[in-house]
Amino acid sequence: MSGQPESRGRMSRSDTMETVRKGLRSRYAAERRFIWYGRGAIAVALGFLVLLVGSILFKGASVVTQTHIRLTVELPLEAFSKSGEVTAESIGAANYVGIVKSSLRDLFPDVSGRRDKRALDSLISSGAAYELRDHVLANPELVGQSINIWVSASDDIDMLDKGYIDRDVDSTGRRVTDKQIGWYDKLIADGRLERQFNTTFFTSGDSREPEQAGIWGAALGSFYTLLVTLLLAFPLGVTTAVYLEEFAPKNKWTDLIEVNINNLAAVPSIIFGLLGLAVFLNIIGLPRSAPLAGGVVLALMTLPTIIIAGRAALKAVPPSIREAALGVGASRLQTVTHHVLPLAMPGMLTGSIIGMAQALGETAPLLMIGMVAFIVDLPSGPLDPATVLPVQVYIWADSPERAFVERTSAGIIVLLLFLVVMNLSAVMLRKRFERRW
Amino acid sequence: MIYWIALAALAATWLFSWKLGQGQARAIIAGGQRMHSLPGHYGSYSALWAVVPALVVLLVWSIFQPLVIDGMIVANLPEEKRALEDLFLNALVNDIRNMSAGNAVRDANDPVVIEAASLLGDWQSTSNILLTVLIAALVVLGLLISRRQIAPDLRARNRVERFVMVMLIMSSTIAVITTVGIVMSLLYESIEFFRRVPFYEFLFGLHWSPQTALRADQVGGSGSFGAIPIFMGTLLISTIALCIAAPVGLFSAIYMAEFSSPRARSIIKPLLEILAGVPTVVYGFFAALLVAPLLRDSGAALGIGIDSESALAAGLVMGVMIIPFVSSLSDDVITAVPRSLREGSYGLGATRAETIRQVIVPAALPGIVGALLLAASRAIGETMIVVMAAGLTANLTANPFEAVTTVTVQIVTLLTGDQEFDSAKTLSAFALGLLLFVVTLALNVLALRIVRKYREKYD
Repeated sequence: MSGQPESRGRMSRSDTMETVRKGLRSRYAAERRFIWYGRGAIAVALGFLVLLVGSILFKGASVVTQTHIRLTVELPLEAFSKSGEVTAESIGAANYVGIVKSSLRDLFPDVSGRRDKRALDSLISSGAAYELRDHVLANPELVGQSINIWVSASDDIDMLDKGYIDRDVDSTGRRVTDKQIGWYDKLIADGRLERQFNTTFFTSGDSREPEQAGIWGAALGSFYTLLVTLLLAFPLGVTTAVYLEEFAPKNKWTDLIEVNINNLAAVPSIIFGLLGLAVFLNIIGLPRSAPLAGGVVLALMTLPTIIIAGRAALKAVPPSIREAALGVGASRLQTVTHHVLPLAMPGMLTGSIIGMAQALGETAPLLMIGMVAFIVDLPSGPLDPATVLPVQVYIWADSPERAFVERTSAGIIVLLLFLVVMNLSAVMLRKRFERRW
Repeated sequence: MIYWIALAALAATWLFSWKLGQGQARAIIAGGQRMHSLPGHYGSYSALWAVVPALVVLLVWSIFQPLVIDGMIVANLPEEKRALEDLFLNALVNDIRNMSAGNAVRDANDPVVIEAASLLGDWQSTSNILLTVLIAALVVLGLLISRRQIAPDLRARNRVERFVMVMLIMSSTIAVITTVGIVMSLLYESIEFFRRVPFYEFLFGLHWSPQTALRADQVGGSGSFGAIPIFMGTLLISTIALCIAAPVGLFSAIYMAEFSSPRARSIIKPLLEILAGVPTVVYGFFAALLVAPLLRDSGAALGIGIDSESALAAGLVMGVMIIPFVSSLSDDVITAVPRSLREGSYGLGATRAETIRQVIVPAALPGIVGALLLAASRAIGETMIVVMAAGLTANLTANPFEAVTTVTVQIVTLLTGDQEFDSAKTLSAFALGLLLFVVTLALNVLALRIVRKYREKYD
């Protein structure tokens, strides 16, 4: 009996150690598993980010070039002159469509039949005639000569050249016929087909034809919209932040304002669009589709962001500065405008840039106020009908042509570039002017 | 161009009147008298008198001038044109305006339009001359008033500051006015809608097809407005999104807060937040172009029929979008859990994973729930992803492989394009908007309340 407890103790100690060791092993395994869950989660999230950006870069990068075809165009004098004299007007009025078509047919003299001719015509863009006209208008001395000119190929040929159309698919399954591929190969063999820098995409407005559609109109629309937003939201946001942070008495009314600002920051953007439609368009009567209305709506949306950032910036200015200013006899307003506001300005600007970046990427509220219209002309002011970059992306994403996938991705790249620049400048601003007191 | 001229004139007036007031004050000081305020304050005082009344008149004028002139045009039209319905009358007035502005119009040969257009041109130039004269008069008057008032005992600084303070207060009410505007406009149009469609039918009806017959004799959709299928669709897609975002966001947050080095964290966190900064239209394109076809094809390979506009594709991508909302907010609440709790647990021999599971997560739970609610509210209000990747027709199903539609998709499809403003179809968009507003607001208030309650516990 006397040895029993001791032996039991020894037994149980090694038992315990065994249990603990076993337990530890599985507990450490659980710990490692847990860490890997975390790493996995982050990998999934970042993987999606890479996939998102990567796939869009991959699809959109090819927009930098556009396939062009070199035509040898006869410009006979009689086609450009009415009653014998060549004027700017008569040059503008010439039948360029016919000239372009006939020069294309000269390249392939053995094409006959209406169907084949039409298929041949569709190798080049329907905008080629305008390109030729602009060229001749700029160089009227060319009339009467035979010139070589590079004109845009149609979107299908462009896609074929960029390798998006599979030749091996049965011809009913693709947008270009076997004959067109044959002509395309001959053009290449003759050195008449080449990819050149795509100026159209970066300088023109929207179009139904992918090869003539450009991002510049939407970029201008975004610029005017953001200008209106900035002009409204920045002063309003700064003054509101100053009032709430520096002057407002603590009472029910200021509480109400604060609760309101916080709630507005969480209202879905489309609701702001409904507000814009019901109030700004139908009651006040701002023009539909105009950057003015869009800018006002986006200003209301970004206001909470600017106010909240502005208040944080004001809060970061130490009270000693205010007290010093008040101590030497400045009024409260002088204290704020001469000392506090300049010190808080970098933070406020950072917040505003971030708010502007949000506004730049916003689509849904602008759909409500008609900025989704198809607009070819470049807007020249905040009252002209316009569209903005994200809405342009949306419009193109809805278009069935294969070439618009490329344009859409390229539009997104442009949009993301702007966003990156804005956010980087916000970060730089913060780094440069951030002060620790 | 005209804006720039107006802006330059405004700046010039301001500068000129400021100099005038300041000069007057300086002259008085030079005369040996003491002024109450600095000369600059008298300058601002004078500038405010010169510019503000003129600006107010300009604003009011430019709002009411088109309305008044439209009224005058209509009053001047011949009897038979005035008897037209509102819609056609508006079109006519538009034509007249376009004609007067020199644009091409449909009925350019209508003598009535031509005459009205020339009248309109006359009125507009008269109005502009009147406005210019009025503004000039107001500027001069303001300058005269301030000139008379500036005297050694005028408390210019106090007056200017009071004005600035009023402006500050006014601008701070914009937020409240916006909220009131949202609620009023949604309520007004919704009440119009509920006058045509009974409230209970909207909330509890099982069939949604908003196509109404435009003309009485047209065969078309009867227009039924039961919103349950739309709510279900929204719920389905948001649930899928949360099923992605909750685990991924939460585990990322836990890893960043508890395991990663500060250096890694300072890289990972901004990278994750990029996900929240990508415009939603980009996600929409991604979902429609890449994810949906991928799901459809892999479904076909497995023998499951997945629609190309399936709820799964939209929900999946939306889930990715809201990951940063979950991870950032959870990260904040997890790091806010006091060290003492952690150390107590380590002291008892718990591993880090056990501490997290049994101490930290329970302690941070209210904050995490708050984060999830905020993320849910984002998901419900998100528009572009579902517009581009989800379906358009209402479909009452809980199957994630089928196409469903959501509240936001319906609002967009009902309100884009030309529409008659007072039909039940367009008004229903506002009823849906009101509902969306109420639900997201409730979720936000609830989330903030939960988070706040939790904060009080440890701080």
